[in-house]
Amino acid sequence: MTVAQIIFLVVALVTLVSALMVVTTQNLIHAALWLVVTLFAVAILYALLNASFLAVVQVVVYIGAIAILFIFAVMLTRKEMRDQGPQLNASWGLSALLAVLTFGGLFALLQGWDGMSKTVAALPSGFDAMNELGTALTSPNAFVLPFEVASVLLLAALVGAVYLAFNRK
Amino acid sequence: MNFWTDPLKLAADWLIGLLTGWGMPAGVALGLTAFLGVLLLITVLMVIDIFLVWLERKVVARFQDRIGPNRLGPFGLIQPFADIIKLLIKEDTTPANADKVVYNLAPMLSMMSVLILWAIVPLAPRILGVDLNVGALYIVAAGAIGTLSIIMAGWSSNNKFALIGAFRQVAVLVSFEIPMVAALLIPTILAGSMGMNAIIQAQNVWYVWLSPLGALIFLVAAIAELGRSPFDMGEAESELVAGYNIEYSGMKFGMFYAGELLHALTFGGFWGILFFGGYRFFGLEQVSPFLAIPILLTKAVIGYWIIMWVKYTMMRIRIDHMLAFNWKFLTPLAFVLLMVTALANVLLRGASAWIYIPGMFLSNVILGWIVVEFMRRYSRAEREKAEGAAKARTVLEIAHP
Amino acid sequence: MNSQWLLVAFFFIVGLIIPVGAIVAAAILGPKKPNPIKQTTYECGIETVGDSWVQFKVQYYIFALVFLVFDVETVFLFPWAVKLGQLGLFAVMEGIVFISILVVGLVYTWRKGMLEWA
Repeated sequence: MTVAQIIFLVVALVTLVSALMVVTTQNLIHAALWLVVTLFAVAILYALLNASFLAVVQVVVYIGAIAILFIFAVMLTRKEMRDQGPQLNASWGLSALLAVLTFGGLFALLQGWDGMSKTVAALPSGFDAMNELGTALTSPNAFVLPFEVASVLLLAALVGAVYLAFNRK
Repeated sequence: MNFWTDPLKLAADWLIGLLTGWGMPAGVALGLTAFLGVLLLITVLMVIDIFLVWLERKVVARFQDRIGPNRLGPFGLIQPFADIIKLLIKEDTTPANADKVVYNLAPMLSMMSVLILWAIVPLAPRILGVDLNVGALYIVAAGAIGTLSIIMAGWSSNNKFALIGAFRQVAVLVSFEIPMVAALLIPTILAGSMGMNAIIQAQNVWYVWLSPLGALIFLVAAIAELGRSPFDMGEAESELVAGYNIEYSGMKFGMFYAGELLHALTFGGFWGILFFGGYRFFGLEQVSPFLAIPILLTKAVIGYWIIMWVKYTMMRIRIDHMLAFNWKFLTPLAFVLLMVTALANVLLRGASAWIYIPGMFLSNVILGWIVVEFMRRYSRAEREKAEGAAKARTVLEIAHP
Repeated sequence: MNSQWLLVAFFFIVGLIIPVGAIVAAAILGPKKPNPIKQTTYECGIETVGDSWVQFKVQYYIFALVFLVFDVETVFLFPWAVKLGQLGLFAVMEGIVFISILVVGLVYTWRKGMLEWA
């Protein structure tokens, strides 16, 4: 067990536990804060994979924008912050069975995969992720068109948000 | 590698040698030395923070034509220590019905978000925490954690005013992040890298000459990000008592307050790094890191001075004016400046320095002049509309008394 | 590369230890005399009126939404900006198209009155 593996296991455990807390905790703002912990743990996973840009973007966009949006939305809509209903509903047995079956199926499928024992291939020396990303996004042979389409997608999201909010006003 | 040119490496090597001599494996020794280095830096920062309290109080006093603390020690220098002792021995109350965990976590996160910024500040050509190649976005990420701590503080205090103050402050913080990121993109374009050290090394001519408008936008957005006047919605003293700080006293409040002052110094430092050449000063930094560190700190303190100057001169802006200023003026201006800088950079880059530097400078000046013309015309139209309405009203009143 | 993020993790840890240490020191050193009056919510010296929950304006949410879209846009611009020094006019024009599409979005939001606080 190398140090990297131990760190990965700890971070993965934190991700899973905080994700569980998001859906089971009764106080909505606490759920949003557990979500922040989950997102931060995912950012740490990105950093472990040497994707520095993605790690920082994860914190900036997810924690800095989306988590704050969640909290604003929660504050806007609910008078009662606590979820008053019961934690489990009548069909929890069936859903538990389905979850276990899915997990068992995934486990069985991954038994045959040999990726668990491989170490990640070292990046070529002098590999600068930012440079490669920049080239990919701007060269005509690579991802220029998706880059522009992404801006149109963002515009569509903005127009949709304005339309929704406008109606509500 | 003698003491004057590379003291940090010398000390680190000596310590690692000592630890491996005691039988510790090399990796652990390296990790421990790094940890001790980080601890040293942060302790020095906290000591500087204490003196920032003194500096702030003296400066605000001088701006307000009085003397400031002068009883304790020469020039009142012992005053901040008295402040710390007071904060430490205050009772640690938690308001009833406050959410204890979140309430106590908020000031810690707020201070942490400031301290982690110093990981990427290059103090000297070879003395810096981490040379992350995504330094520019790391600044924004640390700001995101700070924003989160403000919401946590406001919500967990179980107090209407705290909640309103926190939400207003977060709305302002979040809005002004866009011009700040756009202004961060400008040194990135000019230097070809997001890492702080690379930006400094690329500044053979200070970026404030190449993009004065970018420096100005960064300064304004940074003052808003710090939550300082004239953008201090969060602690609008005359409006909301102390905003999200209401229910905090003692050391927790001290963490918020000291964190804000250190944050201001840090952003003064970043303004110096991004636009004024960081630790560079006509080659002096190559001589010894003992010269480079004071150069950087001087620029940081000058930036901090300017931020304080703005704070103690201007009044707080109303929140709807603040947000209108951001979304209707600063953000479009920042994006247009970005486009103009990119275009000017690619067109003039091949030419000699005598054309490049004045060309970039002029492009900024022309853009600024166009913007000022627009604003002048717009405000003239608004004023005529308002005067026309007032005149019409007066005529009506004369006609129908 | 990994050692870089380890150092950042050290900064996080030390950055958390210092305020925790200060606050714990204050908690130990301070007197402990809790008292229901001391712990009531502060409302300028009078008794609190109503819940400490206020109906929030939808404007906060709208500003956060607009911020989200522009935040993602500026994040996309960073790799473009890094590479700009080595690329020609094509990349610059492409970036200008990207930015102007979103400036159009901002103007649309402005004209629809979404950026008013009132």
